[in-house]
Amino acid sequence: METTFVVHVEDQPGVLTRVASLVRRRGFNIESLTVGHTETPGVSRMTIVLDVDEAAIARIEANLYKLVNVIRVDNVTPRPSVFRDLAMIKVAATAESRGAIMQLVDVFRARVVDVSPDSLIIEITGTEDKIDGLVEMLKQYGVLEMARTGRVAMSRGADAGQRARTDIGDDDGEVALDGNVSYSV
Amino acid sequence: MREGVTDIFGYPGGAILPAYDALLDYPIRHILARHEQGATHMADGYARATGKVGVAVATSGPGATNMVTGMATAMMDSSPIVCITGQVGSRLIGSDAFQETDITGVTLPVTKHNYLVRRAEDVAPAVREAFYLARTGRPGPVLIDITKDAQQASCTFDWDAAAPKPHGRPPTPPQLTEHRRALELINAAERPLILAGHGILIGNAMAQVRELADRAQIPVAMTLLGIGAFPASHPLNLGMMGMHGEAWVNTAIQQADLLIALGMRFDDRVTGNLKTYAQNAKKIHIEIDPAEINKNVTVDVGIVGDVRGVLDRLLPSIAPGDRRAWLDSIDALKGHSAVRDIKNLPDEGHLYAAHVIHDLWHATNGKALVVTDVGQHQMWEAQYYHHDVPRSLITSGGLGTMGFALPAAIGAKVARPRADVWVVVGDGGFQMTMAELATIVQENLDINIAIINNGYLGMVRQWQEFFYERRYSATPLLSPDFVKIAQAYGIKAQSVTKRADVVPAVKAARAERQAVLLDFVVEQEDTVYPMVPAGADLDQMIRRPDPTPLADTGDEIGRASADPTSPADQSSGGVEVSPKRDQFGRASADPLAETGADV
Repeated sequence: METTFVVHVEDQPGVLTRVASLVRRRGFNIESLTVGHTETPGVSRMTIVLDVDEAAIARIEANLYKLVNVIRVDNVTPRPSVFRDLAMIKVAATAESRGAIMQLVDVFRARVVDVSPDSLIIEITGTEDKIDGLVEMLKQYGVLEMARTGRVAMSRGADAGQRARTDIGDDDGEVALDGNVSYSV
Repeated sequence: MREGVTDIFGYPGGAILPAYDALLDYPIRHILARHEQGATHMADGYARATGKVGVAVATSGPGATNMVTGMATAMMDSSPIVCITGQVGSRLIGSDAFQETDITGVTLPVTKHNYLVRRAEDVAPAVREAFYLARTGRPGPVLIDITKDAQQASCTFDWDAAAPKPHGRPPTPPQLTEHRRALELINAAERPLILAGHGILIGNAMAQVRELADRAQIPVAMTLLGIGAFPASHPLNLGMMGMHGEAWVNTAIQQADLLIALGMRFDDRVTGNLKTYAQNAKKIHIEIDPAEINKNVTVDVGIVGDVRGVLDRLLPSIAPGDRRAWLDSIDALKGHSAVRDIKNLPDEGHLYAAHVIHDLWHATNGKALVVTDVGQHQMWEAQYYHHDVPRSLITSGGLGTMGFALPAAIGAKVARPRADVWVVVGDGGFQMTMAELATIVQENLDINIAIINNGYLGMVRQWQEFFYERRYSATPLLSPDFVKIAQAYGIKAQSVTKRADVVPAVKAARAERQAVLLDFVVEQEDTVYPMVPAGADLDQMIRRPDPTPLADTGDEIGRASADPTSPADQSSGGVEVSPKRDQFGRASADPLAETGADV
């Protein structure tokens, strides 16, 4: 199943390689991976979309935590979250077709960000489905180029990121943390 | 120094010259290896012998790449080592400079973590964190790659400020529900079995495991790296499990109703076919690395934590058990025991590796620190040398690195100078790293070397015998005269070809206060039994032929044909294969004769 992880990592050289290498060598396939800055200096945020079976999800999370530069791993798939993708689409547009294309842009709540005599650049944000829908509709006019960012994700609600953890087993939380157990695996 | 390092293993070169220059001013013993791979195995052996972090040092480029095998070995077997490599000057990085290699890139998958340090002020934090990472949690290798200019520059040394920051997975609260369920399963089980792994040794949980076994009367099976975690002489010890584990152990696993896996990872060499593995058993997995739980085997209860801590919490609630019926039924499976096999092997004629290991065990009072290589001799050692003491067997399990034994033994001897260190190594693996004999002499180390010399890459030959119709492709092995090789290094050596000479040779070697090499020329086409073919069901073992195991010494073709009506085989559903070449008319042809070897 398609699973989305939001991973906070230290903003250091090589961290992207470490994450990508881990996913590759454990035999998982990356559907998309985006990286960018966060509200905290020195911390980057990755959104990784993987197509994996249920049993692998906990293992991927545990393996990501084994990377020293990984600060936090949240599997946002099961929780209410906002998923967004951004695309820029250059579509062929003549004087005759431009009007029809602009109408489509309106319907999809996209924007035209560049106009030239024989093409338009359309910018759209939304779920992958929505973008796929627009692309489908634009094909008849001729899609010349397309650039997509891949998915970014964020859980809804104020503290979702803080309580985001899927532990192996269930924790009752009755007892203080155990100093004997080290988790730097 | 500040990390308590007293010994390091290494090989100098251009990019690490500044560090080596500084080394002269510190009271650290540097052991010069003959190859950087050897240095990493030495650090590994040092770490496994003591639990302390082993340190290996090399230069950039080829020095660094030569360390990759050693790091991968340490990674697979969770051994804490820190490797320090020189790197070209930071301004040259990326320019394909002389002896430049992107070693942090190369070693990404085979290290727990690695650092590229470009500035002097970053050295101390990297070193502190590296040692911390190497020894905590699930231990492993950490690489620090330091540019030459960072080694040359000076900075204010602030050790306290360089303390490692906490990182990684947020601590899990004790999983009380899981603990409760584990206790219910253990106390209710009728046929429980403890699977004892390397994590017990790493986490120093031997006493806890023994307490659990004794109180609840639960038999203990060990992984290869778990050997020593539970005394071999203990009545509840079953021995090694897995591909070359004894038949009763694997059969017991398949019959058990509860497996308690402690600090092990259900390696494919341990489980055989996962689809049929221990179908009757509930499974409890206590393991420090969360990524191991439910990786290969889906478990009913998974507890993340070090074995010692978890068992300390569980033990007060473990009910004393009486599992006589279960223990008796396992005893009944032991018909085909290793002891019987040894007794049945002829003392005349060819020398058998099983005899050598068995006699070595006797002659060293079972108290040697044995370092094995990889292959048949490794399995025979695990079967016939009975280890009662923790950290008395060091071997490359996960990666299966041939050439590991000799350098690892050097590290072990440096770490524990009073230990009776024995290298048990095949003729193939020995030749991979035998240059380290010079290190032994230069460092004046009293290490004894037992070469199990069968003129073949024996384990590969065994697979060819079973699975490739005895087409011995590239397994006959020409070796030099090991006695002369040793003598050339100034090491005393002796060739042993008869059973009667084994014990005297071992005793003589022990009496020497310097290294001795014994070349045991053993039966060429001997086979490790039993064997679970890769991917086969765990109880579908290729069994020792019965009733005349391995009797054929090569002159009497077909004498050792298998007896398919053997009662022991019927009892455990084993598959029997004749070990000898009797199905081919030209069986008497000696493959070595064709290569011109004279063994």
